[in-house]
Amino acid sequence: MELKGRIIRAGKAEGEALKSDSPLSFFGCIDPETGTITEEGHELQGNSVKDKILIFPHGKGSTVGSYSLYRLKKNNCAPAAIVNQECEPIVAVGAIISDIPCLDRVDISKISNGDKVIIDNDSIIIEDG
Amino acid sequence: MELTKEEQSMLDGEEGEGVQKAVEILLALGKIYDAGRFIPVSSAQVAGVSYKNLGDAGLEFLEDWANKGAKVRIPTTLNPAGIDIENWKKLGISDEFAQKQIRVIEAYKSMGIQPSCTCTPYLAGNLPKQGEHVAWSESSAVSYANSVIGARTNREGGPSALAAAIAGRTPEYGLHLDEDREPNLLVEVKCELNSISDFGALGYIIGKEAGNSIPYFKGIKQADSDSLKSLGAAMAASGAVALYHVEGITPEAKLGTTSTGELGTTPETLTIENLDDGYKSLNSDAQDIDLIAIGCPHASLNELKKISNLLDGKKIKSELWITTSRKIMLAAGNEVAKIESSGAKVVADTCMIVAPVEELGFKTMATNAGKAAFYAPSHCNLNVRFGTLEQCINAAITGKWS
Repeated sequence: MELKGRIIRAGKAEGEALKSDSPLSFFGCIDPETGTITEEGHELQGNSVKDKILIFPHGKGSTVGSYSLYRLKKNNCAPAAIVNQECEPIVAVGAIISDIPCLDRVDISKISNGDKVIIDNDSIIIEDG
Repeated sequence: MELTKEEQSMLDGEEGEGVQKAVEILLALGKIYDAGRFIPVSSAQVAGVSYKNLGDAGLEFLEDWANKGAKVRIPTTLNPAGIDIENWKKLGISDEFAQKQIRVIEAYKSMGIQPSCTCTPYLAGNLPKQGEHVAWSESSAVSYANSVIGARTNREGGPSALAAAIAGRTPEYGLHLDEDREPNLLVEVKCELNSISDFGALGYIIGKEAGNSIPYFKGIKQADSDSLKSLGAAMAASGAVALYHVEGITPEAKLGTTSTGELGTTPETLTIENLDDGYKSLNSDAQDIDLIAIGCPHASLNELKKISNLLDGKKIKSELWITTSRKIMLAAGNEVAKIESSGAKVVADTCMIVAPVEELGFKTMATNAGKAAFYAPSHCNLNVRFGTLEQCINAAITGKWS
């Protein structure tokens, strides 16, 4: 299956989908040293975002989150790409400064956790996991 | 978005990687908010300065960006840092924190930014004119610029304000446009507002209800710039109010700027009979006060003079900080020495929220600022007392809240 999105940060990536139906904050909710989601009670708590195609509706929380994403990237723990329903400035700025491919305006209900996903600029190719 | 030739070449990297990144950031924001083009901005105010907020992630990013040769092309000022840059030892801040903080400031300086670390740039030499487009972060300064000065800025984050400073532009959307500056929430104030803390309490109450709406205040008979500074700061802390209008006082307060002359078709109206909810919510039951903090947003010259008069000939028992910009501190001349002869500290470049106050052993704080009272419990782990300037100065003298 192929979906199309709007490019926030162009690029190519492939990896396994890690999907959250609730919003995500990169500041205070993900361990910058390991990429593990630490937010108490979050549906992805305990999962690592490292090298994943990270899929969530939109960002939340402090604007420092943009820098937190940058730090994940420098620690080699960042997601391979980000796919949002609607991207907001914290995630957009973080993806750009960290050179992480990022797309939005995507119907994320069509992607499941564990799917193999290939991102090629505005195209998202999904192979069932 | 439509780009000019110059903007396209900036995006293509012809002016270096630092500029390219800045334009990429602004372009993405323009896309998200459906802007049609970039517009020039005449100044920037950059938040994300205190090492306490930035952490190593922000520090590394700023140093990397500076190393890529990024330079600002418009006058740009900074938000408060975590230390008084020239006199951090007097607050007891650790060497480790101070060294990291100084690296943050150095990174900004190497980009050509003036290290005037204040949340009141408009009192410290960065004063836009009515109608001027700027790119400011720091929610209280955004509110003041839009509402009291009538300049135009969206509520920028640190990175987007910095990107605008480097590119000299911002995407045209939101509060840069006439149609997005019209009020959509009517607030009828039925009670008297007699102090800075009354304005802070009102701001706290309205911010909680308003979210990011644009309130139009009726019934405020008078308000000086210090009162409006306090009102706007509190509304931008408990809510996300970036613009408000006060009938008869602020420059764009014209109810019914729409063609119908009405405030929307079904204007939501809030009626404020008293400020009890604000004072109740912002007060703990603390009795012994460790730290009294005045100057959120940073104190004006007028406020320093008032404090100096209240402290005249007195000695204080608890720690009293009056936070302000370095510019105002210098302009205040011997008022500073007069205040400090009581034992109080006039502190520049930082404030009670972004300094590492929890490392300094304070457990309780008193303030007359709605914004500081709102943030101190969650951000600094302090029990707060919120009241008038006179109550706060009295607490400094006696060590107790009354």
